[in-house]
Amino acid sequence: MIDLIINIILLTFLAITAIAIIRTTNLFATIMLFGIFSLLSATLFVVMDALDVAFTEAAVGAGISTILMLTTLALTKNHNEKRSHAHRPWLPLAVVTITGMALVYGTLDIPGFGDPAAPANTHVAQYYINNALPETGVPNIVTAVLASYRGFDTLGEVAVIFTAGVAVLLLLGGKPSSPNSNPRTNKKREEDET
Amino acid sequence: MDFIISHYNYWIVIFLMMVGLYTVISRGNLIKKIIGLNIFQVSVFFLYISMGTVKDGAAPIITEGVKLYSNPLPHVLILTAIVVGVATTALGLALVVRIKESYGTIEEDEIHEMDHSL
Repeated sequence: MIDLIINIILLTFLAITAIAIIRTTNLFATIMLFGIFSLLSATLFVVMDALDVAFTEAAVGAGISTILMLTTLALTKNHNEKRSHAHRPWLPLAVVTITGMALVYGTLDIPGFGDPAAPANTHVAQYYINNALPETGVPNIVTAVLASYRGFDTLGEVAVIFTAGVAVLLLLGGKPSSPNSNPRTNKKREEDET
Repeated sequence: MDFIISHYNYWIVIFLMMVGLYTVISRGNLIKKIIGLNIFQVSVFFLYISMGTVKDGAAPIITEGVKLYSNPLPHVLILTAIVVGVATTALGLALVVRIKESYGTIEEDEIHEMDHSL
């Protein structure tokens, strides 16, 4: 019961933080709010018994993502979002509301939160819960599946990270082009001066 | 009342998803758009983890005397998704830095103006 109450309160906090993220125009504040958002979600993962996911989210989501965004902010030196009035909010708002209502309609048939008889929990998951320890000798089932049953998937994941790392290095690692040599920036500067 | 409590998770997930989508399509700042994408992503993680939770179940680490465990398979999927997510975020942010270098701005409408597109 107490689990459920903590769960509901944290989810409400999460929704409020998300609203705050869209409404803030200062990018530094937005990124800090995003860090809080990630940390709240890590806490929520603990409440939902997903310990491995929780510490990955705390380290990667709240830690590395926030640092990456702050680095980008430092490199782009752009600290405030410009809200142009040309953007009318009504069209995106309508799209989002309609999509959201369709999705809510879809949830009506989903088994309730924490239902042990839900189809997701009764079929293949039982096999891993019963056999992971005897077959692999690892008491943590998540680790057993990740590193043993699905070891090749994890290898593929390493390939994805490597590719992303190489791409980031290719994008940023070259010689920094001097701003004067760039026609687009020059044009912008001339416009600013006039 | 029971129905509301047992579906509250899914509704918040949908709310977060829509907040993320709204940020991506309505905000012109590129860093803000990437934050929107991240919010969307986290909402999907919650959808999966919520489905795998079992009431009164323990965390899926085999312990003597525990009979009921939460479903470990969504956890495995989401672990992979979080790590891939940070890779895509890093790539997106690197592109933002390059765009800033060559256009001098990270606001979408200014970029369109310079390119005479849109």
